[in-house]
Amino acid sequence: MAIPPTLITLLVGMVLVLTGLWVGQNVQLLPLDASANAPVYDSLFQVLFSIGTILFLGIAGLLVFSLVRFRRRRGDRSDGVAIEGNLPMEIVWTAIPAIVVLFVGIYSYDIYERMGGMTPLNDHGAMHGMAMASDSSAAADGGTQQARVWAGIGQAGSAGALPVELTAMQFAFIFHYPEGDITSGELHIPANRPVELRMKANDVIHAFWVPQFRLKQDVIPGQQTVLTFTATKPGSYPIVCAELCGPYHGGMRSTVVVHESDAFDAWLTKNTPAPATVASAPLHPTA
Amino acid sequence: MTSLAPGSGPTDLQAESAPPSLPETVLDEAQRGETHADGHAAHPDLRLFGLATFLVADGMTFAGFFAAYLTFRAVNPLPEGSSYELELLLPTINTVLLVLSSVTFHRAGSNLRDGNGSGCRSWLLGTGVLGAAFLAGQMVEYFNLPFGLTDNLFASTFYALTGFHGLHVTLGVICILIVWAQARPGGRINQQDHFGLEAAELYWHFVDGIWVVLYGILYLL
Amino acid sequence: MTLASPSDFEPQGLQPQGWLKYLSFSLDHKVIGLQYLVTGFVFYLIGGALAGVIRTELASPISDFVSRETYNEVLTLHGTVMIFLWIVPVVNGAFGNYLIPFYVGARDMAFPRLNAVAFWLIPPAGILLISSYFIAGGAAQSGWTAYPPLSLTTPALGQVIWILSVLLLGGSSIFGGINFIATIWKLRRPGLKMMQLPMYCWAMLGTSILVVLSTPVLAGTLILLSFDIIAHTGFFNPALGGNVVVYQHLFWFYSHPAVYIMVLPAFGLVSEILPIHARKPLFGYTTMVYSILGIVVLGLIVWAHHMFTSGTPPWMRLFFTIATSFIAVPTGIKFFNWLATLWGGKLALNSAMLFSCAFIVNFVFGGITGVALAQVPFDIHVHDTYFVVGHFHYIVYGGTVFIIFASVYHWYPKFTGRMLNEDLGRLHFLLTFIGFNLCFAPQHWLGLNGMPRRVAEYDPAFTTLNQVSSIGALLMAISTLPFLINVVWSAFRGEVAGDNPWNALTPEWLTTSPPPVENWPGEAPLVTHPYGYGIPEGQLDLKVTTGRELWTGGRR
Ligand code: HEA
Ligand code: HEA
Ligand code: CUA
Ligand SMILES: [Cu+2]
Repeated sequence: MAIPPTLITLLVGMVLVLTGLWVGQNVQLLPLDASANAPVYDSLFQVLFSIGTILFLGIAGLLVFSLVRFRRRRGDRSDGVAIEGNLPMEIVWTAIPAIVVLFVGIYSYDIYERMGGMTPLNDHGAMHGMAMASDSSAAADGGTQQARVWAGIGQAGSAGALPVELTAMQFAFIFHYPEGDITSGELHIPANRPVELRMKANDVIHAFWVPQFRLKQDVIPGQQTVLTFTATKPGSYPIVCAELCGPYHGGMRSTVVVHESDAFDAWLTKNTPAPATVASAPLHPTA
Repeated sequence: MTSLAPGSGPTDLQAESAPPSLPETVLDEAQRGETHADGHAAHPDLRLFGLATFLVADGMTFAGFFAAYLTFRAVNPLPEGSSYELELLLPTINTVLLVLSSVTFHRAGSNLRDGNGSGCRSWLLGTGVLGAAFLAGQMVEYFNLPFGLTDNLFASTFYALTGFHGLHVTLGVICILIVWAQARPGGRINQQDHFGLEAAELYWHFVDGIWVVLYGILYLL
Repeated sequence: MTLASPSDFEPQGLQPQGWLKYLSFSLDHKVIGLQYLVTGFVFYLIGGALAGVIRTELASPISDFVSRETYNEVLTLHGTVMIFLWIVPVVNGAFGNYLIPFYVGARDMAFPRLNAVAFWLIPPAGILLISSYFIAGGAAQSGWTAYPPLSLTTPALGQVIWILSVLLLGGSSIFGGINFIATIWKLRRPGLKMMQLPMYCWAMLGTSILVVLSTPVLAGTLILLSFDIIAHTGFFNPALGGNVVVYQHLFWFYSHPAVYIMVLPAFGLVSEILPIHARKPLFGYTTMVYSILGIVVLGLIVWAHHMFTSGTPPWMRLFFTIATSFIAVPTGIKFFNWLATLWGGKLALNSAMLFSCAFIVNFVFGGITGVALAQVPFDIHVHDTYFVVGHFHYIVYGGTVFIIFASVYHWYPKFTGRMLNEDLGRLHFLLTFIGFNLCFAPQHWLGLNGMPRRVAEYDPAFTTLNQVSSIGALLMAISTLPFLINVVWSAFRGEVAGDNPWNALTPEWLTTSPPPVENWPGEAPLVTHPYGYGIPEGQLDLKVTTGRELWTGGRR
């Protein structure tokens, strides 16, 4: 019995799409999602992964099929058919990728918006939020520092956020809590409360990355940067420096500890130095 | 010169009736003789074309510098007490000199093409003098500036831009002198064979054009 | 314009003959092409050996094989050598010089002397770069991107030598680009129209436009960087009021187009190889041309996708996301056209074909991860991780290097008059393909799960996959052996190829193999249908049992 080729094409296409969707849903390639925007990120990843799987399997399958089906058999020295083009077909395969990338672009824009990436950085709130940070760091930068946020993700100066100042240097991250005046080599934060990380670099460019939060931001000398995020799952996760910063770049790691809300308060009180004393929490620059 | 004529693509191929693949068709005697309306009958001289392409590349170097300067200016405030203000008189005179030199070079070229070799040489000399005057003016400006190369970002960019351009002018003046020497009676450059002169002229116009942009961006903006 | 006839050809009498000419300042485009090819391959071995050092170090999670400083020097040299001394000179310089004059029906490039100069800039630049490893302070340590302020704080001499050598290589590339534009645009044989040129010409035209427009910006940037190092200016030094992000913009304004400089010629080369071994015309010639031009235009306006985490304003990220994603459209057109070229053909599954088809698979994979990277939110997680390393090796190695191998298998008979051994070729293919995937596929997972790039030490949780990757690299190193043996052995003992072993129609095959100095003994052929293979539709005569006559025109 001969099955019409259109039907076969349709069936293959459907199987392909279903496979792609299944793979996107069920293959888990990402680490634990421990911040508010990680699940959002993961849904983008699923979509990209599904589309990628469909396209890749489709193209690779077509290629392998051609290689087997149309291979030159022994003794056959003839040519193929001289087809040089087919306008409708070319329009189709221009249009499909165009639609796909447009869809992906708009969708990822939406995701980015939800992650807070599209927030204008120099609105009033941001300026206000940064004023504090620059107070403590203006001296180091030859007085050219101003209250200008250059980059970052998330609303700066959002209400109720825990402010933390991050100083990156060769080869350590130093965290400072203005509320309580604590200095620490580890980042301790409460779960389910926004954290506003105000970052600056002392020497070269570093990058603050927590894979479980799906967040990364370069820490650039001479430029104020903020990163606002909300951790959701208590636990300890690695902080990784993701920008080549010198020989010990690979060793420039730290830990972020997400506490339950009360545990964090306890940590804060325990580590707050008695007035007039300097830092008390031990530094952990893991080199 | 054939270029992207519409409809000269595969539509032709499909219109072809005989199997187009046969090398015999390919080497068709009739097609071989076919020539195109093109002024020059001799071996094409592509040196000017090459130079023009090179100048596009060179222009991109300047474009990169300009872009860097404009960005620095937009986002990197200068430290207290330094400013972007520059003395305008001397650079303006310099601009006039350089634009004038473009005119004189053009005159030199048309003189040569008209067969007036000595006229060409005088205009060339004039151009060279104008170029040298520009360089001298530039030197005077450098020595009277209130800032040095490493004083601040603006100073550094200022020197980088004008210095890189000055290098181009210096090279241009040297080229003019060489062309001037070659244009003497019996020299390499004459009414028929004047590639060297045209190349130098193209280059000189380019350097002038860059200066006008540079003047606008650096001094007027 | 007319064609140079053999008589007004540059006299070669004073030039050394025989193999010595390959060591001389030869003006013959074929000699220069092979000089590029062999030089490039030597640098590939050096770059590969450096990759071997990287993979050996990464076989264990601690920094044990080389010191951390050395590791950074090695990865900087690896990236620089592979890009500037292997890929760019070979896909542009080597094949461009060898093939373009044939394709346009000329006896040489437009500017033979400039051409020789462009080539002879490369060996000194390469030697300079490599030798910086042995000086006090060592080679540059700031990656092939040389981001300040890191590049201002690492040992200055090595960094300055790096800049110098990249400037020389950039100059060579610009000279080459000018030459290609003039040759393709202006030196075509009378009667040959632009839209009749083989696709590689279009690819090289597009590439050369990118070279001419973007390389000078890199040169300017590196000059500023060297000022910062030597004269202590503050362009990119935040401590002196400078701005490091400006450097990144300028750098990527070149280095993004550079990735198309590395891949567009490869696109052109596959377009030559596939139709011949599939015995079918190239599908969709016109759209192929326009998609090349589209890639050129789009390629110039997407650079900031390398800087999504370096503090670019939101609107900029949005623009660059969309622009970058759209490159998938013209690129996709090319891939679908190649698939359609293969469809219904008579595919000879020889080494050239296998490498070309593997190129399609690898590049589509790398392209898809590329489109994913273009999405800001996705990139924020994986930027500067092994996911990116995986992405670009899929493209530069799985794409361009695979095509370089395919091209060597395809054109070797033209270069030498002898065939390469097919069995060794297939072995080479198999080892390379397996090793390559083993090496770079796991890196995507590593990146997603937390392994940053450019590190000599990493979280021990990633040990196993890194070891798999290192084994893959070892396989790739081994796979070079059958290739080397094949190339050397076949030069002397290979089966004699005849002038046109593939029965191809493009002009380089319509002369002897290897070709004479003046390319064709007589006048240059006018090939108006470079892809005129195949039985015309409707003329398919089922009674023709041997179709050989159909495409040889009964010549042999
Ligand atoms: C030859 C080299 C080459 C090529 C051709 C490409 C092609 C592409 N690259 Fe890649 N890239 C590199 C070499 C290359 N890249 C290198 C070296 C780096 C790292 C530099 C460094 O930091 O050291 C890098 C890094 C890099 C980044 C930055 C990652 C980061 O550092 O965070 C991004 C982000 O957008 C990116 C995107 C792309 C895209 C979208 C393409 C597109 O051109 C791909 C288009 C192709 C396809 C999509 C496949 C075919 C199309 C279809 C089958 C149609 C259907 C498809 C869809 C609808 C999706 N690349
Ligand atoms: C452009 C082309 C190109 C090519 C072809 C390759 C080829 C390879 N690359 Fe690389 N790579 C880059 C371009 C390229 N690379 C770039 C641009 C970077 C970024 C650098 C940076 O971060 O700044 C990079 C970075 C990079 C890294 C990341 C380093 C890090 O971030 O810490 C790794 C790690 O696995 C790697 C591996 C490899 C391997 C295993 C190969 C293999 O495919 C190589 C296979 C070849 C061989 C193994 C050669 C075989 C021959 C011998 C072994 C004989 C030697 C003998 C003598 C010399 C006599 N490369
Ligand atoms: Cu800090 Cu890498
Ligand atoms: Cu890019």
